[in-house]
Amino acid sequence: MAGWFARGRTSLVGRLIGTFLGQSRTIAGILVWIGLGVVLTILVLALLAPFIAPFDPNTKVASPELPPGGAFLMGTDRGGQDVLSRIIWGSRVPLAIIAVSTTISLALGLPLGLVSGFAGGRMDRGILLVMDSIYAFPGLLLAIAIAAVIGRGILNISFAIAVVYIPTYFRVIRNHVTSVKQEPYVEAAVALGMPRRRVIGRYILPNVAQSIPVIFSVNAADAVLTEAGLAVLGLGLPPGIPDWGFDISLNWQRFDVSWWATFFPGLFILILTTALTFVGEGLNDILNPLLRKREYKAGAQA
Amino acid sequence: MSALLELEHLSVTFETPQGPVHAVQDVSLTIEGGSIVGLVGESGCGKSTLGRAILRLLPENATVAGSVRFAGRDVLALSPKEIRDLRGRNLAMIFQDPMTRLNPLMRIRDHFIETIRAHNPAVKSGQALERAKKVLADVRVPSDRLGMYPHELSGGMRQRVMIALCLLFKPALLIADEPTTALDVILEAQILQLLQSIMHEYSMSVLLITHNLGLVAEFSDRVAVMYAGRIAEEGATPPLFREPRHPYTQGLLRSVIDLETTSLYSVPGEPPSLLGETAGCPFYPRCDKRMAVCETVYPEPRLVGEDHRKVACHLY
Repeated sequence: MAGWFARGRTSLVGRLIGTFLGQSRTIAGILVWIGLGVVLTILVLALLAPFIAPFDPNTKVASPELPPGGAFLMGTDRGGQDVLSRIIWGSRVPLAIIAVSTTISLALGLPLGLVSGFAGGRMDRGILLVMDSIYAFPGLLLAIAIAAVIGRGILNISFAIAVVYIPTYFRVIRNHVTSVKQEPYVEAAVALGMPRRRVIGRYILPNVAQSIPVIFSVNAADAVLTEAGLAVLGLGLPPGIPDWGFDISLNWQRFDVSWWATFFPGLFILILTTALTFVGEGLNDILNPLLRKREYKAGAQA
Repeated sequence: MSALLELEHLSVTFETPQGPVHAVQDVSLTIEGGSIVGLVGESGCGKSTLGRAILRLLPENATVAGSVRFAGRDVLALSPKEIRDLRGRNLAMIFQDPMTRLNPLMRIRDHFIETIRAHNPAVKSGQALERAKKVLADVRVPSDRLGMYPHELSGGMRQRVMIALCLLFKPALLIADEPTTALDVILEAQILQLLQSIMHEYSMSVLLITHNLGLVAEFSDRVAVMYAGRIAEEGATPPLFREPRHPYTQGLLRSVIDLETTSLYSVPGEPPSLLGETAGCPFYPRCDKRMAVCETVYPEPRLVGEDHRKVACHLY
């Protein structure tokens, strides 16, 4: 299958998948598989929430703060709501935020990085300055500020997280472009009369694309944490939408009485971010040629 | 025969942190239609810079003065769109290092499709491939290579592919910047013979930039010898090789290995730094026929002898 992807497809995505599949038996490849498995499981939970969740997440179904066991596998919280059902429904929030925020930051950061890196000169300086000033703010602080100004809601939070991540895509892509544009094949393409748009799209983008999945997964992991952080601080989603971060903020003061109502949402935040980090770390090893070369060398000596 | 390319007083200066570097100074050169002109000189004498200046491929810290006229058009005054149309279509260039001149992530066929579409976006990929097969046949590359990636091809094959990409639009002039330096001797002869034969087929001129005197002697109609950014001597190939006039040319020709003698001559000293302003003849410190005037006054090139050879030397 790896061979089919590597040889049969010229498309960008096909090539990246091919590279990954070719390396899928290495430690890095296994990390990626584990991470993907966990993320996909949570995605299935989120999609099938109405059928899987035993209770309605927003109604009082039993007395408050029942310990885990019996009909309530993870107990009930301060409001007498089933913790497990809230976790299952709550998985929709981080996934939706990942989807929206990464799309926005990729859609802005990638083209800006390509153009800025390729054009160079004053335009590059200008864009860099703007991006660096965004980057200089601590991410969560900036997200708090943006969330405080534009208010609550999945789209608003995603936008706040996206703004924080645009400079990361921009920086990595831009720096990669400045080195790839010096490649002899780029000059040869220009000498053949290739217009700028084609040089960027067909000669530069494919050669910098391997950076994208790595930032993407780090971005996704960070988005989950930032969203939970905003929720804990009370800047999260409006009440009524089950959300892991919100549940922590609701229950953490009662931790010594009903630890389960705080512990389980926290555990799921940890699992999801760890899984996404696995994907990012593994892909970094696989798609970054310098790291890969080192691995070959070690293999040859063994 | 009419002048296809005319360089007049062409100078290229690079702004660097150490100061201006005069890579090409006051070069005037004419290429007639259908001829091969050899441009020889040692490494760093500005010959590649000259080739790039014609196609306007120089980096942004380069300033170009003088004029480049190609088929009657002032190349330096063209708009970005006009120069893009010219590149690859009328004026093409191949380079020294064929191994790295093709996009490693693109199949050979896509290189052809992209190049054709760059000038003619409406062409369907099927038509483009037909044209690719024709030019590949002209450079003797089997058409099954179209489905391969660059790393699956040898250096010689890749240079042929580069040449084929240049031939797609039948350009009037091909600038070949050390096209065979990275290849072995057998391939070198093959590639140059190939260039010579397609030149006639495509009625194309070639500017052959090289440090290899043997290649120039064998393949070019005219030769320009470059030294320290300037042209030292320029003329028709056979008389220039028979009777070199500029002391630098004489030294260069003496340093070619001769099987009769055991010792190898080399021009003493090193080429001067091109950084900053210079007065006098750049070859003065190494010249064995130098005179007092050479140190202070640059010898303007003049036509010398019956073959009207241009020589920049106070001896004539």
